[in-house]
Amino acid sequence: MTLEVRLRHDFPGFRLEVDLTLPGGLTCLFGRSGSGKTSIVNAVAGLLRPDHARIVLDGVALHDLPPHRREVGYVFQDARLFPHMTVAENLTYGPRVRGLRPEGMDRIVALLGIGGLLSRRPGTLSGGEKQRVAIGRALLSRPRLLLMDEPLAALDEARKAEILPYIEALRDETGLPILYVSHSVPEVARLATTIALIEAGRVVAVGPAADILSDPGTAPVLGLRDVGAVLTARIAAHDADGLTRLDTVAGPLWLPQVAGELGKPLRVRIAAQDVILALGRPEGLSALNILPGRVAELHEGQGPGVLVRVDLGGAFLLARVTRRSAQALGLAPGVAVHAVLKSVAVARSDVGAGGEPG
Amino acid sequence: MTDWLPPEAATALALSLRVSLVATLVSLPFGVLCAYALARWRFPGHGVLNGLVHLPLILPPVVTGYLLLLAFGRQGWVGSLLWDWFGFTFAFRWTGAALAAGVMAFPLLVRAIRLAIEAVDPRLEEAAATLGASRPKVFATVTLPLILPGVIAGAILAFAKAMGEFGATITFVANIPGQTQTLPTAIYSFLQVPGGDAAALTLVLISVAVALAALALSEWLSRRVAARIAGR
Repeated sequence: MTLEVRLRHDFPGFRLEVDLTLPGGLTCLFGRSGSGKTSIVNAVAGLLRPDHARIVLDGVALHDLPPHRREVGYVFQDARLFPHMTVAENLTYGPRVRGLRPEGMDRIVALLGIGGLLSRRPGTLSGGEKQRVAIGRALLSRPRLLLMDEPLAALDEARKAEILPYIEALRDETGLPILYVSHSVPEVARLATTIALIEAGRVVAVGPAADILSDPGTAPVLGLRDVGAVLTARIAAHDADGLTRLDTVAGPLWLPQVAGELGKPLRVRIAAQDVILALGRPEGLSALNILPGRVAELHEGQGPGVLVRVDLGGAFLLARVTRRSAQALGLAPGVAVHAVLKSVAVARSDVGAGGEPG
Repeated sequence: MTDWLPPEAATALALSLRVSLVATLVSLPFGVLCAYALARWRFPGHGVLNGLVHLPLILPPVVTGYLLLLAFGRQGWVGSLLWDWFGFTFAFRWTGAALAAGVMAFPLLVRAIRLAIEAVDPRLEEAAATLGASRPKVFATVTLPLILPGVIAGAILAFAKAMGEFGATITFVANIPGQTQTLPTAIYSFLQVPGGDAAALTLVLISVAVALAALALSEWLSRRVAARIAGR
Protein backbone atom coordinates (compact mmCIF):
# COMPACT_ATOMS: atom_id res chain seq x y z
CA MET A 1 0.00 0.00 0.00
CA THR A 2 1.17 3.51 -0.72
CA LEU A 3 -0.66 6.70 -0.03
CA GLU A 4 0.49 9.81 -1.78
CA VAL A 5 -0.75 13.07 -0.32
CA ARG A 6 0.26 16.26 -2.03
CA LEU A 7 -1.78 19.31 -1.21
CA ARG A 8 -1.77 23.03 -0.85
CA HIS A 9 -4.47 25.10 0.74
CA ASP A 10 -4.56 28.69 1.90
CA PHE A 11 -6.50 29.25 5.08
CA PRO A 12 -6.84 32.84 6.29
CA GLY A 13 -3.36 33.60 7.63
CA PHE A 14 -2.09 30.03 7.29
CA ARG A 15 -0.83 27.94 4.42
CA LEU A 16 -0.98 24.17 4.43
CA GLU A 17 1.55 22.67 2.04
CA VAL A 18 2.23 18.97 2.29
CA ASP A 19 3.96 16.36 0.18
CA LEU A 20 3.94 12.91 1.72
CA THR A 21 4.35 9.40 0.41
CA LEU A 22 3.41 6.87 3.06
CA PRO A 23 3.82 3.10 3.34
CA GLY A 24 1.30 0.74 4.96
CA GLY A 25 0.98 0.19 8.67
CA LEU A 26 0.00 2.90 11.10
CA THR A 27 1.27 6.35 10.19
CA CYS A 28 1.05 9.01 12.86
CA LEU A 29 0.67 12.63 11.85
CA PHE A 30 2.19 14.29 14.85
CA GLY A 31 2.12 17.98 15.64
CA ARG A 32 0.73 20.64 17.90
CA SER A 33 -2.92 21.74 17.71
CA GLY A 34 -3.35 24.06 14.78
CA SER A 35 -0.41 22.60 12.84
CA GLY A 36 -2.73 21.33 10.11
CA LYS A 37 -2.89 17.59 10.92
CA THR A 38 -6.67 17.39 10.91
CA SER A 39 -6.87 19.37 7.68
CA ILE A 40 -4.66 16.74 6.05
CA VAL A 41 -6.92 13.83 7.02
CA ASN A 42 -10.00 15.89 6.14
CA ALA A 43 -8.54 16.43 2.68
CA VAL A 44 -7.91 12.69 2.34
CA ALA A 45 -11.52 12.00 3.37
CA GLY A 46 -12.85 14.68 1.02
CA LEU A 47 -14.37 16.78 3.80
CA LEU A 48 -11.93 19.58 2.93
CA ARG A 49 -11.47 20.60 -0.67
CA PRO A 50 -7.95 22.03 -0.87
CA ASP A 51 -6.97 24.60 -3.48
CA HIS A 52 -4.63 22.01 -5.00
CA ALA A 53 -4.68 18.34 -4.16
CA ARG A 54 -3.26 15.11 -5.43
CA ILE A 55 -4.23 12.21 -3.21
CA VAL A 56 -3.56 8.76 -4.59
CA LEU A 57 -4.17 5.51 -2.73
CA ASP A 58 -2.69 2.48 -4.49
CA GLY A 59 -3.13 4.06 -7.90
CA VAL A 60 -6.66 5.34 -7.27
CA ALA A 61 -6.96 9.12 -7.49
CA LEU A 62 -9.06 10.01 -4.46
CA HIS A 63 -8.97 13.75 -5.10
CA ASP A 64 -11.35 13.30 -8.06
CA LEU A 65 -13.99 11.50 -5.97
CA PRO A 66 -16.72 12.81 -3.67
CA PRO A 67 -16.32 11.73 -0.01
CA HIS A 68 -18.85 8.90 -0.22
CA ARG A 69 -16.96 7.18 -3.04
CA ARG A 70 -13.47 7.33 -1.54
CA GLU A 71 -13.86 4.15 0.59
CA VAL A 72 -11.95 5.81 3.39
CA GLY A 73 -13.10 5.08 6.95
CA TYR A 74 -12.95 7.98 9.38
CA VAL A 75 -12.94 7.80 13.19
CA PHE A 76 -13.52 11.29 14.55
CA GLN A 77 -12.41 12.66 17.89
CA ASP A 78 -16.09 12.97 18.91
CA ALA A 79 -17.41 9.54 17.85
CA ARG A 80 -20.28 11.11 15.81
CA LEU A 81 -22.59 8.12 16.19
CA PHE A 82 -26.07 8.56 14.73
CA PRO A 83 -28.27 9.29 17.76
CA HIS A 84 -31.48 7.94 16.23
CA MET A 85 -30.01 4.49 15.55
CA THR A 86 -29.02 1.65 17.84
CA VAL A 87 -25.39 0.56 18.09
CA ALA A 88 -26.10 -2.32 15.68
CA GLU A 89 -27.72 0.05 13.17
CA ASN A 90 -24.78 2.43 13.47
CA LEU A 91 -22.35 -0.43 12.84
CA THR A 92 -24.11 -1.65 9.70
CA TYR A 93 -24.79 1.84 8.33
CA GLY A 94 -21.93 1.78 5.80
CA PRO A 95 -22.87 -1.46 4.05
CA ARG A 96 -26.61 -0.66 4.27
CA VAL A 97 -26.42 2.66 2.42
CA ARG A 98 -24.44 0.97 -0.30
CA GLY A 99 -26.85 -1.96 -0.55
CA LEU A 100 -24.27 -4.49 0.69
CA ARG A 101 -24.40 -7.11 3.44
CA PRO A 102 -22.35 -6.33 6.51
CA GLU A 103 -19.27 -8.54 6.29
CA GLY A 104 -17.11 -9.63 9.19
CA MET A 105 -19.53 -8.15 11.72
CA ASP A 106 -18.93 -10.89 14.32
CA ARG A 107 -15.15 -10.63 14.04
CA ILE A 108 -15.14 -6.83 14.40
CA VAL A 109 -17.65 -6.86 17.25
CA ALA A 110 -15.45 -9.40 19.05
CA LEU A 111 -12.24 -7.50 18.29
CA LEU A 112 -13.67 -4.33 19.83
CA GLY A 113 -15.59 -6.02 22.64
CA ILE A 114 -18.89 -4.33 21.85
CA GLY A 115 -21.13 -7.40 21.66
CA GLY A 116 -23.07 -6.36 24.75
CA LEU A 117 -23.92 -2.92 23.39
CA LEU A 118 -25.63 -3.81 20.13
CA SER A 119 -29.20 -2.92 21.11
CA ARG A 120 -28.26 0.25 23.03
CA ARG A 121 -28.58 3.85 21.84
CA PRO A 122 -25.48 6.06 21.58
CA GLY A 123 -26.80 8.46 24.25
CA THR A 124 -26.48 5.72 26.87
CA LEU A 125 -22.85 4.79 26.10
CA SER A 126 -19.68 5.94 27.86
CA GLY A 127 -17.05 7.87 25.92
CA GLY A 128 -14.84 4.81 25.52
CA GLU A 129 -17.74 2.65 24.35
CA LYS A 130 -18.83 5.28 21.82
CA GLN A 131 -15.33 5.45 20.40
CA ARG A 132 -15.09 1.67 20.04
CA VAL A 133 -18.46 1.60 18.23
CA ALA A 134 -17.23 4.41 15.97
CA ILE A 135 -14.14 2.36 15.12
CA GLY A 136 -16.33 -0.66 14.38
CA ARG A 137 -18.65 1.42 12.20
CA ALA A 138 -15.71 2.72 10.16
CA LEU A 139 -14.25 -0.80 9.78
CA LEU A 140 -17.57 -2.29 8.64
CA SER A 141 -17.83 0.25 5.84
CA ARG A 142 -14.99 -1.79 4.25
CA PRO A 143 -12.47 1.02 3.97
CA ARG A 144 -9.23 0.71 2.03
CA LEU A 145 -7.69 3.22 4.43
CA LEU A 146 -8.65 4.18 7.97
CA LEU A 147 -8.33 7.75 9.22
CA MET A 148 -8.30 8.41 12.95
CA ASP A 149 -8.32 11.99 14.18
CA GLU A 150 -7.19 12.03 17.81
CA PRO A 151 -9.66 9.27 18.68
CA LEU A 152 -8.46 9.20 22.30
CA ALA A 153 -8.10 12.91 22.95
CA ALA A 154 -11.53 13.33 24.51
CA LEU A 155 -11.07 10.37 26.87
CA ASP A 156 -9.57 10.13 30.34
CA GLU A 157 -6.47 8.01 31.02
CA ALA A 158 -8.44 4.92 32.03
CA ARG A 159 -10.53 5.00 28.82
CA LYS A 160 -7.39 5.54 26.74
CA ALA A 161 -5.80 2.50 28.31
CA GLU A 162 -8.98 0.60 27.47
CA ILE A 163 -8.91 1.48 23.76
CA LEU A 164 -5.17 1.48 22.94
CA PRO A 165 -4.94 -2.34 22.81
CA TYR A 166 -7.79 -2.42 20.28
CA ILE A 167 -5.95 -0.01 18.01
CA GLU A 168 -2.77 -2.06 18.40
CA ALA A 169 -4.75 -5.13 17.40
CA LEU A 170 -6.08 -3.29 14.33
CA ARG A 171 -2.54 -2.37 13.33
CA ASP A 172 -1.14 -5.86 13.90
CA GLU A 173 -4.02 -8.09 12.80
CA THR A 174 -6.02 -6.45 10.01
CA GLY A 175 -3.30 -5.13 7.72
CA LEU A 176 -5.47 -2.07 7.09
CA PRO A 177 -3.39 1.06 6.54
CA ILE A 178 -4.15 3.70 9.17
CA LEU A 179 -3.50 7.43 9.16
CA TYR A 180 -3.58 8.53 12.79
CA VAL A 181 -3.56 12.11 14.01
CA SER A 182 -2.15 12.75 17.47
CA HIS A 183 -0.30 15.23 19.60
CA SER A 184 0.48 12.77 22.38
CA VAL A 185 4.02 11.36 22.31
CA PRO A 186 3.25 8.29 24.46
CA GLU A 187 0.36 7.43 22.13
CA VAL A 188 2.52 7.85 19.03
CA ALA A 189 5.29 5.80 20.60
CA ARG A 190 2.93 2.92 21.24
CA LEU A 191 1.10 2.94 17.94
CA ALA A 192 3.14 4.35 15.07
CA THR A 193 5.08 2.37 12.51
CA THR A 194 5.75 5.57 10.56
CA ILE A 195 5.78 9.11 11.90
CA ALA A 196 5.30 12.36 10.02
CA LEU A 197 6.03 15.47 12.06
CA ILE A 198 3.86 18.41 11.05
CA GLU A 199 4.69 21.96 12.03
CA ALA A 200 2.86 25.11 10.87
CA GLY A 201 1.29 23.40 7.88
CA ARG A 202 4.49 21.68 6.70
CA VAL A 203 6.06 18.25 7.07
CA VAL A 204 9.34 18.69 8.97
CA ALA A 205 10.32 15.02 9.22
CA VAL A 206 8.98 11.68 8.12
CA GLY A 207 10.32 8.17 8.64
CA PRO A 208 10.08 4.89 10.56
CA ALA A 209 8.90 5.45 14.12
CA ALA A 210 12.07 4.03 15.73
CA ASP A 211 14.25 6.46 13.75
CA ILE A 212 12.14 9.54 14.37
CA LEU A 213 11.65 8.84 18.07
CA SER A 214 15.35 8.28 18.70
CA ASP A 215 16.47 11.24 16.57
CA PRO A 216 17.69 13.95 18.95
CA GLY A 217 17.15 16.54 16.21
CA THR A 218 13.38 16.12 16.24
CA ALA A 219 13.10 16.56 20.00
CA PRO A 220 12.01 20.21 19.96
CA VAL A 221 8.95 19.26 17.88
CA LEU A 222 8.01 16.39 20.20
CA GLY A 223 8.49 18.45 23.34
CA LEU A 224 11.57 17.82 25.51
CA ARG A 225 9.72 16.27 28.44
CA ASP A 226 8.13 13.67 26.19
CA VAL A 227 11.15 12.63 24.16
CA GLY A 228 12.01 8.98 24.36
CA ALA A 229 13.09 6.11 22.17
CA VAL A 230 11.12 2.94 21.64
CA LEU A 231 12.74 -0.46 22.18
CA THR A 232 11.29 -3.64 20.81
CA ALA A 233 11.35 -6.54 23.20
CA ARG A 234 9.94 -9.98 23.93
CA ILE A 235 8.70 -11.31 27.22
CA ALA A 236 11.40 -13.75 28.43
CA ALA A 237 10.37 -14.61 31.97
CA HIS A 238 7.99 -13.70 34.78
CA ASP A 239 10.12 -13.71 37.92
CA ALA A 240 8.76 -14.75 41.30
CA ASP A 241 9.38 -11.32 42.86
CA GLY A 242 6.94 -9.63 40.44
CA LEU A 243 9.39 -8.45 37.81
CA THR A 244 9.19 -9.39 34.17
CA ARG A 245 12.33 -9.97 32.15
CA LEU A 246 12.24 -8.66 28.61
CA ASP A 247 14.83 -9.55 25.99
CA THR A 248 16.03 -6.74 23.74
CA VAL A 249 18.89 -6.60 21.27
CA ALA A 250 20.81 -4.68 23.91
CA GLY A 251 20.35 -7.25 26.63
CA PRO A 252 17.78 -8.03 29.32
CA LEU A 253 15.44 -5.40 30.72
CA TRP A 254 13.53 -5.89 33.99
CA LEU A 255 10.20 -4.12 34.35
CA PRO A 256 7.49 -4.43 36.98
CA GLN A 257 4.87 -7.00 36.05
CA VAL A 258 4.17 -6.85 32.33
CA ALA A 259 1.12 -8.91 31.38
CA GLY A 260 1.46 -11.40 28.53
CA GLU A 261 2.65 -14.85 27.53
CA LEU A 262 6.32 -15.71 27.12
CA GLY A 263 7.57 -14.66 23.71
CA LYS A 264 4.97 -11.92 23.25
CA PRO A 265 6.43 -9.00 21.26
CA LEU A 266 6.30 -5.62 22.98
CA ARG A 267 7.26 -2.01 22.39
CA VAL A 268 8.65 -0.16 25.35
CA ARG A 269 8.97 3.59 25.39
CA ILE A 270 11.87 4.82 27.48
CA ALA A 271 11.69 8.51 28.26
CA ALA A 272 15.02 10.28 27.67
CA GLN A 273 14.84 12.03 31.03
CA ASP A 274 14.70 8.67 32.87
CA VAL A 275 18.00 7.43 31.42
CA ILE A 276 21.28 7.93 33.29
CA LEU A 277 24.61 7.58 31.48
CA ALA A 278 27.78 6.17 33.07
CA LEU A 279 31.22 5.59 31.57
CA GLY A 280 32.06 2.38 33.42
CA ARG A 281 29.63 -0.31 34.48
CA PRO A 282 28.24 1.06 37.75
CA GLU A 283 28.49 -1.12 40.85
CA GLY A 284 26.37 -1.07 43.98
CA LEU A 285 23.46 0.63 42.27
CA SER A 286 19.78 0.01 42.95
CA ALA A 287 18.83 0.44 39.28
CA LEU A 288 18.40 -2.98 37.68
CA ASN A 289 18.77 -2.14 34.04
CA ILE A 290 22.25 -1.37 32.77
CA LEU A 291 22.63 -1.53 29.00
CA PRO A 292 26.05 -1.13 27.35
CA GLY A 293 26.38 0.94 24.18
CA ARG A 294 28.19 3.74 22.40
CA VAL A 295 27.31 7.40 21.96
CA ALA A 296 26.04 7.84 18.41
CA GLU A 297 25.07 11.50 18.37
CA LEU A 298 24.75 14.52 20.64
CA HIS A 299 22.27 17.29 20.21
CA GLU A 300 22.59 20.53 22.14
CA GLY A 301 19.51 22.65 22.52
CA GLN A 302 19.01 26.21 23.78
CA GLY A 303 18.97 25.26 27.45
CA PRO A 304 21.39 23.46 29.75
CA GLY A 305 20.42 20.02 28.46
CA VAL A 306 21.94 17.71 25.87
CA LEU A 307 20.15 14.86 24.12
CA VAL A 308 22.38 11.85 23.60
CA ARG A 309 21.55 9.07 21.19
CA VAL A 310 23.06 5.82 22.38
CA ASP A 311 23.62 2.93 19.98
CA LEU A 312 22.88 -0.30 21.83
CA GLY A 313 24.00 -2.44 18.91
CA GLY A 314 21.03 -2.28 16.53
CA ALA A 315 18.64 -0.33 18.70
CA PHE A 316 18.80 3.20 19.98
CA LEU A 317 18.09 4.88 23.29
CA LEU A 318 17.83 8.57 23.97
CA ALA A 319 19.20 10.08 27.15
CA ARG A 320 18.71 13.63 28.32
CA VAL A 321 21.62 14.85 30.46
CA THR A 322 23.00 18.25 31.38
CA ARG A 323 25.69 19.88 29.28
CA ARG A 324 27.89 19.97 32.40
CA SER A 325 27.66 16.17 32.79
CA ALA A 326 28.26 15.65 29.09
CA GLN A 327 31.48 17.68 29.34
CA ALA A 328 32.59 16.05 32.60
CA LEU A 329 32.18 12.59 31.07
CA GLY A 330 33.70 13.67 27.79
CA LEU A 331 30.73 12.39 25.82
CA ALA A 332 31.35 12.35 22.10
CA PRO A 333 30.36 10.08 19.24
CA GLY A 334 32.04 6.70 19.67
CA VAL A 335 32.52 6.89 23.44
CA ALA A 336 31.47 3.67 25.22
CA VAL A 337 28.80 4.26 27.85
CA HIS A 338 26.32 2.37 30.00
CA ALA A 339 22.70 3.45 29.98
CA VAL A 340 21.06 3.05 33.36
CA LEU A 341 17.30 2.82 33.78
CA LYS A 342 15.21 2.32 36.90
CA SER A 343 12.66 -0.45 36.40
CA VAL A 344 9.87 1.52 37.99
CA ALA A 345 10.51 4.54 35.75
CA VAL A 346 8.71 2.87 32.86
CA ALA A 347 4.98 3.49 33.19
CA ARG A 348 2.59 0.68 32.44
CA SER A 349 1.06 2.79 29.64
CA ASP A 350 4.47 2.97 27.97
CA VAL A 351 4.48 -0.76 27.34
CA GLY A 352 2.39 -1.77 24.34
CA ALA A 353 1.87 -4.71 22.06
CA GLY A 354 3.58 -5.10 18.73
CA GLY A 355 6.72 -5.90 16.84
CA GLU A 356 8.97 -3.58 14.92
CA PRO A 357 8.19 0.11 15.27
CA GLY A 358 9.07 0.82 11.67
CA MET B 1 -76.64 17.38 9.25
CA THR B 2 -76.72 17.44 13.03
CA ASP B 3 -79.01 19.34 15.36
CA TRP B 4 -76.36 21.45 16.99
CA LEU B 5 -74.52 22.36 13.82
CA PRO B 6 -76.42 24.22 11.07
CA PRO B 7 -75.76 22.71 7.61
CA GLU B 8 -74.03 25.87 6.45
CA ALA B 9 -71.62 25.66 9.38
CA ALA B 10 -70.98 21.96 8.77
CA THR B 11 -70.16 22.68 5.14
CA ALA B 12 -67.77 25.44 6.20
CA LEU B 13 -66.04 23.12 8.69
CA ALA B 14 -65.65 20.35 6.13
CA LEU B 15 -64.32 22.80 3.55
CA SER B 16 -61.89 24.30 6.07
CA LEU B 17 -60.50 20.87 6.92
CA ARG B 18 -60.06 20.02 3.25
CA VAL B 19 -58.49 23.40 2.39
CA SER B 20 -56.09 23.23 5.35
CA LEU B 21 -55.09 19.63 4.73
CA VAL B 22 -54.37 20.21 1.04
CA ALA B 23 -52.57 23.49 1.77
CA THR B 24 -50.34 21.78 4.37
CA LEU B 25 -49.53 18.66 2.39
CA VAL B 26 -48.78 20.50 -0.85
CA SER B 27 -46.58 23.12 0.80
CA LEU B 28 -44.70 20.56 2.95
CA PRO B 29 -42.06 19.48 0.37
CA PHE B 30 -41.46 23.10 -0.63
CA GLY B 31 -41.22 24.00 3.04
CA VAL B 32 -38.58 21.32 3.71
CA LEU B 33 -36.58 22.39 0.65
CA CYS B 34 -36.76 26.07 1.60
CA ALA B 35 -35.85 25.37 5.21
CA TYR B 36 -32.90 23.18 4.18
CA ALA B 37 -31.65 25.82 1.74
CA LEU B 38 -31.94 28.57 4.34
CA ALA B 39 -30.32 26.51 7.09
CA ARG B 40 -27.49 24.82 5.18
CA TRP B 41 -26.67 26.60 1.96
CA ARG B 42 -24.99 29.94 1.46
CA PHE B 43 -25.94 31.37 -1.92
CA PRO B 44 -26.57 34.77 -3.48
CA GLY B 45 -30.18 35.65 -2.78
CA HIS B 46 -30.19 33.88 0.60
CA GLY B 47 -31.49 37.03 2.27
CA VAL B 48 -34.03 37.65 -0.47
CA LEU B 49 -35.43 34.12 -0.13
CA ASN B 50 -35.57 34.48 3.64
CA GLY B 51 -37.45 37.77 3.30
CA LEU B 52 -39.83 36.36 0.71
CA VAL B 53 -40.68 33.37 2.91
CA HIS B 54 -41.43 35.64 5.85
CA LEU B 55 -43.34 38.25 3.86
CA PRO B 56 -46.85 36.82 4.50
CA LEU B 57 -46.11 37.01 8.24
CA ILE B 58 -45.42 40.74 8.07
CA LEU B 59 -47.74 42.00 5.33
CA PRO B 60 -51.37 42.75 6.15
CA PRO B 61 -53.27 39.61 5.05
CA VAL B 62 -55.46 41.77 2.82
CA VAL B 63 -52.37 42.84 0.91
CA THR B 64 -51.22 39.22 0.50
CA GLY B 65 -54.72 38.32 -0.72
CA TYR B 66 -54.71 41.18 -3.17
CA LEU B 67 -51.25 40.23 -4.47
CA LEU B 68 -52.49 36.67 -4.94
CA LEU B 69 -55.46 38.06 -6.84
CA LEU B 70 -53.16 40.11 -9.07
CA ALA B 71 -50.97 37.07 -9.78
CA PHE B 72 -53.40 34.15 -9.78
CA GLY B 73 -56.77 35.79 -10.59
CA ARG B 74 -58.33 34.97 -13.95
CA GLN B 75 -56.74 38.14 -15.37
CA GLY B 76 -53.49 37.78 -13.38
CA TRP B 77 -50.17 37.14 -15.10
CA VAL B 78 -49.90 33.58 -13.82
CA GLY B 79 -53.64 32.99 -13.55
CA SER B 80 -54.33 33.89 -17.17
CA LEU B 81 -51.68 31.49 -18.39
CA LEU B 82 -53.07 28.68 -16.22
CA TRP B 83 -56.52 29.35 -17.62
CA ASP B 84 -55.37 29.55 -21.24
CA TRP B 85 -53.19 26.44 -21.11
CA PHE B 86 -54.92 24.14 -18.66
CA GLY B 87 -58.38 25.67 -18.19
CA PHE B 88 -57.56 25.77 -14.49
CA THR B 89 -58.19 28.66 -12.15
CA PHE B 90 -57.80 29.44 -8.46
CA ALA B 91 -60.29 32.30 -8.63
CA PHE B 92 -63.34 31.81 -6.40
CA ARG B 93 -62.64 28.08 -5.99
CA TRP B 94 -61.68 26.10 -2.90
CA THR B 95 -58.27 25.55 -4.51
CA GLY B 96 -57.79 29.32 -4.29
CA ALA B 97 -58.62 29.19 -0.60
CA ALA B 98 -56.03 26.42 -0.23
CA LEU B 99 -53.42 28.51 -2.06
CA ALA B 100 -54.10 31.52 0.17
CA ALA B 101 -53.97 29.36 3.31
CA GLY B 102 -50.77 27.65 2.16
CA VAL B 103 -49.01 30.94 1.45
CA MET B 104 -50.07 32.42 4.79
CA ALA B 105 -48.97 29.32 6.72
CA PHE B 106 -45.67 28.90 4.84
CA PRO B 107 -43.51 31.08 7.15
CA LEU B 108 -44.56 29.06 10.21
CA LEU B 109 -43.86 25.80 8.40
CA VAL B 110 -40.40 26.90 7.24
CA ARG B 111 -39.43 28.33 10.62
CA ALA B 112 -40.25 25.15 12.51
CA ILE B 113 -38.42 22.91 10.04
CA ARG B 114 -35.45 25.25 9.82
CA LEU B 115 -35.03 25.17 13.61
CA ALA B 116 -35.05 21.37 13.52
CA ILE B 117 -32.44 21.28 10.73
CA GLU B 118 -30.20 23.74 12.55
CA ALA B 119 -30.29 21.49 15.61
CA VAL B 120 -28.81 18.61 13.57
CA ASP B 121 -25.02 18.51 13.80
CA PRO B 122 -23.68 18.80 10.22
CA ARG B 123 -20.72 16.71 11.35
CA LEU B 124 -23.08 13.73 11.56
CA GLU B 125 -23.82 14.26 7.88
CA GLU B 126 -20.07 14.35 7.16
CA ALA B 127 -19.65 11.09 9.05
CA ALA B 128 -22.43 9.52 6.96
CA ALA B 129 -20.66 10.65 3.77
CA THR B 130 -17.37 9.01 4.82
CA LEU B 131 -19.32 5.78 5.40
CA GLY B 132 -20.41 5.76 1.76
CA ALA B 133 -23.72 7.65 1.73
CA SER B 134 -24.38 10.02 -1.18
CA ARG B 135 -25.97 13.43 -0.50
CA PRO B 136 -29.57 12.27 -1.04
CA LYS B 137 -28.94 9.16 1.07
CA VAL B 138 -27.44 11.26 3.86
CA PHE B 139 -30.58 13.38 3.81
CA ALA B 140 -32.92 10.38 3.77
CA THR B 141 -31.12 8.32 6.44
CA VAL B 142 -29.67 10.92 8.80
CA THR B 143 -31.10 14.41 8.35
CA LEU B 144 -34.74 13.55 7.70
CA PRO B 145 -35.19 11.03 10.53
CA LEU B 146 -33.62 13.49 12.97
CA ILE B 147 -35.83 16.41 11.88
CA LEU B 148 -39.01 14.40 11.34
CA PRO B 149 -40.65 15.43 14.62
CA GLY B 150 -39.82 19.05 13.75
CA VAL B 151 -41.31 18.64 10.28
CA ILE B 152 -44.50 17.20 11.75
CA ALA B 153 -44.65 19.96 14.36
CA GLY B 154 -44.29 22.56 11.60
CA ALA B 155 -46.98 20.88 9.54
CA ILE B 156 -49.37 20.91 12.49
CA LEU B 157 -48.74 24.59 13.13
CA ALA B 158 -49.24 25.30 9.44
CA PHE B 159 -52.47 23.33 9.48
CA ALA B 160 -53.77 25.31 12.46
CA LYS B 161 -52.79 28.57 10.82
CA ALA B 162 -54.55 27.49 7.59
CA MET B 163 -57.71 26.66 9.57
CA GLY B 164 -57.79 30.23 10.85
CA GLU B 165 -56.83 32.11 7.71
CA PHE B 166 -59.27 34.94 7.01
CA GLY B 167 -57.94 38.12 5.41
CA ALA B 168 -56.06 36.76 2.44
CA THR B 169 -58.74 34.17 1.73
CA ILE B 170 -61.69 36.57 1.70
CA THR B 171 -59.73 39.06 -0.43
CA PHE B 172 -58.54 36.47 -2.93
CA VAL B 173 -61.54 34.13 -3.31
CA ALA B 174 -64.37 35.96 -1.46
CA ASN B 175 -66.84 34.22 0.86
CA ILE B 176 -69.05 31.91 -1.19
CA PRO B 177 -70.92 29.28 0.87
CA GLY B 178 -69.98 25.77 -0.27
CA GLN B 179 -67.20 27.13 -2.49
CA THR B 180 -64.83 29.33 -0.54
CA GLN B 181 -66.55 29.87 2.79
CA THR B 182 -64.17 28.50 5.44
CA LEU B 183 -64.57 28.40 9.22
CA PRO B 184 -63.47 31.99 9.92
CA THR B 185 -65.37 33.51 7.00
CA ALA B 186 -68.46 31.53 8.07
CA ILE B 187 -68.15 32.91 11.61
CA TYR B 188 -67.92 36.36 10.10
CA SER B 189 -71.04 35.74 7.99
CA PHE B 190 -73.05 34.34 10.94
CA LEU B 191 -72.19 37.43 12.95
CA GLN B 192 -73.57 39.66 10.17
CA VAL B 193 -77.11 38.18 10.33
CA PRO B 194 -79.55 38.49 13.26
CA GLY B 195 -79.80 35.25 15.28
CA GLY B 196 -76.52 33.86 13.92
CA ASP B 197 -74.73 34.21 17.26
CA ALA B 198 -75.36 30.63 18.41
CA ALA B 199 -73.98 29.09 15.22
CA ALA B 200 -71.03 31.50 15.31
CA LEU B 201 -70.28 30.54 18.93
CA THR B 202 -70.27 26.81 18.06
CA LEU B 203 -67.79 27.46 15.26
CA VAL B 204 -65.68 29.63 17.55
CA LEU B 205 -65.47 26.77 20.06
CA ILE B 206 -64.48 24.32 17.32
CA SER B 207 -61.78 26.75 16.16
CA VAL B 208 -60.38 27.11 19.66
CA ALA B 209 -60.34 23.33 20.14
CA VAL B 210 -58.53 22.73 16.85
CA ALA B 211 -55.95 25.43 17.62
CA LEU B 212 -55.25 24.16 21.14
CA ALA B 213 -54.97 20.55 20.04
CA ALA B 214 -52.55 21.52 17.29
CA LEU B 215 -50.43 23.57 19.67
CA ALA B 216 -50.25 20.78 22.24
CA LEU B 217 -49.36 18.18 19.62
CA SER B 218 -46.67 20.39 18.17
CA GLU B 219 -45.14 21.07 21.62
CA TRP B 220 -45.01 17.36 22.37
CA LEU B 221 -43.35 16.63 19.04
CA SER B 222 -40.75 19.36 19.59
CA ARG B 223 -39.71 17.65 22.79
CA ARG B 224 -39.38 14.43 20.83
CA VAL B 225 -36.90 16.14 18.46
CA ALA B 226 -34.71 17.08 21.38
CA ALA B 227 -34.80 13.55 22.83
CA ARG B 228 -34.08 12.00 19.45
CA ILE B 229 -31.06 14.18 18.78
CA ALA B 230 -29.72 13.39 22.25
CA GLY B 231 -29.90 9.70 21.27
CA ARG B 232 -31.57 8.16 24.28
